[in-house]
Amino acid sequence: MQLRNRMKLELLSLPENVRLARVAVAAFASEIDYNVNDLEEIKVAVSEAVSNAIIHGYQQKPDGVVKLTASLFADALEIIIEDQGKGIKELEKALETNSSSDPERMGLGFVFMRSFMDEVELTSAPGEGTTVKMSKKLPGEAQAET
Amino acid sequence: MDLELKKMGSVLAVRVGGEFDLQAVDYCRQEIDQKIRAEGFKDILFDLERVTFIDSSGLGVILGRYRKAREKEGKVAISNNSSRVAKILELSGITRLIPVYPSTSQALKYLARGVG
Repeated sequence: MQLRNRMKLELLSLPENVRLARVAVAAFASEIDYNVNDLEEIKVAVSEAVSNAIIHGYQQKPDGVVKLTASLFADALEIIIEDQGKGIKELEKALETNSSSDPERMGLGFVFMRSFMDEVELTSAPGEGTTVKMSKKLPGEAQAET
Repeated sequence: MDLELKKMGSVLAVRVGGEFDLQAVDYCRQEIDQKIRAEGFKDILFDLERVTFIDSSGLGVILGRYRKAREKEGKVAISNNSSRVAKILELSGITRLIPVYPSTSQALKYLARGVG
């Protein structure tokens, strides 16, 4: 697949960087012909993935590093969010609603990521961290399929 | 994020503005819970009309307050007129637990009706 553009960011696991991550990705994606609604959905998906890295991966410790890579391919925008935190023991369980270890978070993060992106892939190993890879088709590509 | 807590009759009106995400939640939780403890509110209105962004962290604050209110037989309502926020509320399933009204006056009417 032909790479047209790429952005890489490394962020400390601080709550204020959740906003920075989503705004940076939205700016990167604004080069593409997405509508406002698509951009909002991308922002929510990024927000959820980075929040999960901070809350679950790094257990809210501020010195972890969250790596974000946004790549623009000919047919899709791909976003990869990686942490080297705690990792997830039971992947399937983590993807269920109400799975969150925090009673106030409802495990909704993956629900939003899956609803707003076309593909979401989660890889994780206990003690090694978690990687979320998600992609959204470019506007013309999404229409061509329907 | 801006937070405004206001007494409206027997209801605590929580007016949130701006971005309701992970950065906002600890402060929000503390302020709301402290106000509830100090003044004994049972019913809460979340006014989200000025919210420009919300994700599961923000929803978690609302859901957590809903659970606490239920323990005291209190009620929670949301007022929102943004389609952006409405989509997130719908998708999360929170609307099955907490009624959403297009204006604060309608939400307050619901809260004033007593149990039900």
